[in-house]
Amino acid sequence: MSKAPQSCCTVSGLVKTYRTGGTEVRANDGIDLVVHRGEVFGLLGPNGAGKSTLVRQLTGLLRPDAGSVELLGHDVVRHPERAARLLGYLGQESTALDELTVALAAETTGRLRGLSRAAARARTAEVITELGLEPLAHRPLAKLSGGQRRLACFAAVLIGERPLLVLDEPTTGMDPVARRAVWSAVDRRRAEHGTTVLLVTHNVIEAETVLDRVAVIDAGKVIACDTPGGLKALVDGHVRLDLVWRTDAPLGVPAVAALADRAERTGRRWTLRTTPDEARELVAAVTTGPAFAALDDFTLATPTLEDAYLRLGGRTGGLAR
Amino acid sequence: MTLLDAPAVATAPAPLAPAARLLPALAAVYRAQLARAKVSRIPLLFVATFQSVGILVMMRGVVDPGDNPSAHAVVAGSAVLVVAFVALNLLAQYFGKLRATGGLDHYATLPVPPASVVLGTAAAYASFTVPGVFVTAGTGSWMFELPVARLWILLAVIPLSGAALAGLGAALGLLAPRQELATLAGQLGMSAALLLGVLPASRLPEPVQWLRDLLPSSYGVDAFALTFAPHPDWARVLIDLGVCAAVGLVSLTLATWAYRRAAR
Repeated sequence: MSKAPQSCCTVSGLVKTYRTGGTEVRANDGIDLVVHRGEVFGLLGPNGAGKSTLVRQLTGLLRPDAGSVELLGHDVVRHPERAARLLGYLGQESTALDELTVALAAETTGRLRGLSRAAARARTAEVITELGLEPLAHRPLAKLSGGQRRLACFAAVLIGERPLLVLDEPTTGMDPVARRAVWSAVDRRRAEHGTTVLLVTHNVIEAETVLDRVAVIDAGKVIACDTPGGLKALVDGHVRLDLVWRTDAPLGVPAVAALADRAERTGRRWTLRTTPDEARELVAAVTTGPAFAALDDFTLATPTLEDAYLRLGGRTGGLAR
Repeated sequence: MTLLDAPAVATAPAPLAPAARLLPALAAVYRAQLARAKVSRIPLLFVATFQSVGILVMMRGVVDPGDNPSAHAVVAGSAVLVVAFVALNLLAQYFGKLRATGGLDHYATLPVPPASVVLGTAAAYASFTVPGVFVTAGTGSWMFELPVARLWILLAVIPLSGAALAGLGAALGLLAPRQELATLAGQLGMSAALLLGVLPASRLPEPVQWLRDLLPSSYGVDAFALTFAPHPDWARVLIDLGVCAAVGLVSLTLATWAYRRAAR
């Protein structure tokens, strides 16, 4: 007998419309989601898909036009002020903390989360050590690189335990060491406290490695919600072939000319999604004779979440910026 | 069906983490703002003081030193101008920037009373002005041969006119629909304090005097100027400081309301 997962966050029928310059933009168009307790749940989608608008409604920053948001049994549409007592939020901006040192930014945030001064100071010291921020602890955020500043803001989110962490593109600009520090800190909190994480991301590779489940958002709607493996199964049996030409594609070669209409072209790069058999034949054709002379690079890869997104009918050309 | 596909069950509401209380949160904001000053505000604090000392030097050319209303007004007006520069102008710019760049989200997603953010920041900006006001008042008293024995009145003038001007600055910054308008409003407020504060009120045309009466810094200037007389009219000093306090209460309440409005 398996125990049914408990809900951490339940969103239903969420609608939010903006008015910009006389035109109405429906940023969220009837979103339904359930995030279970203790999972790392991702919102994946291109820029402007409505991910941040959704997150701002979950955190009580924005009032939906219609629909409901329930966080750990609390109605945050009716009581937006409760969100701050249930979750830690890492937004995309750090202007409120920019002129503080890393240690003071974290300590002050802890104080404002209701910790005593001694507790805020102790937790700050622990988190700074945990994230390897000691060398930067006494430098102002404004003087740090983008990735370091992101890590410092993440440290501030961790001061004062919350059962839910909402992280809007937490690892943007971070080096691999900092990324690893972030995901280790998240894992530790899941193991020790059963913390739930809601993650907004563009980064397909990161999404595949850290997420338990992912909702793909496109044009204000959830177009799919499954495990990363489940989503990739949609494009099972296909591979992606990328061909990069040195200059112009050798259209004189029949095999290449036949691809001209099917390939998705970005500059000198042609991308094809096809069966492994056809891919093998194409690789053979382009790695001999005049086609090979014109070829700069090629890669053959198994499908990613990006391929799944395109297969699902995502309206933009891909997820990357 | 895997575990993750199973329908989630609703449970009793989770306990809410405690919210931060007003005074500890205010103290934390105040302390953080003072630390910010070390990083970025010090050059601007010098500018505020240099501007006021510059005005003293300029006015010394046209106003006689000694016990006369013009000399009192120039010294008092220049000193309170430091408060207007920092508490009104710089604070309007700060909140305007915070609002425009999404910085208010940081505070809005923490369980803090809005008043603690507004009052803590306003108090810090008022504190930034203390050295500049004393330097300006001391320099002015020396240049215009005025007594320094009653400069202690600044300990009342700075917090009360600071409250009034910082509240106004915060409200302007938070209510301005665009960041540039917040900057503009702050600059205009400071210019008004400069033009209407340093000249003796009795020399101004009547319509300009009405404008002067509308500006909260005028009452701080008047209270301070009165103490340069050999026998100050303490009742009037108290009334002027009372006006500052009342305006401070209203403007800080307005700023708190503006903060709630901007943060949601």
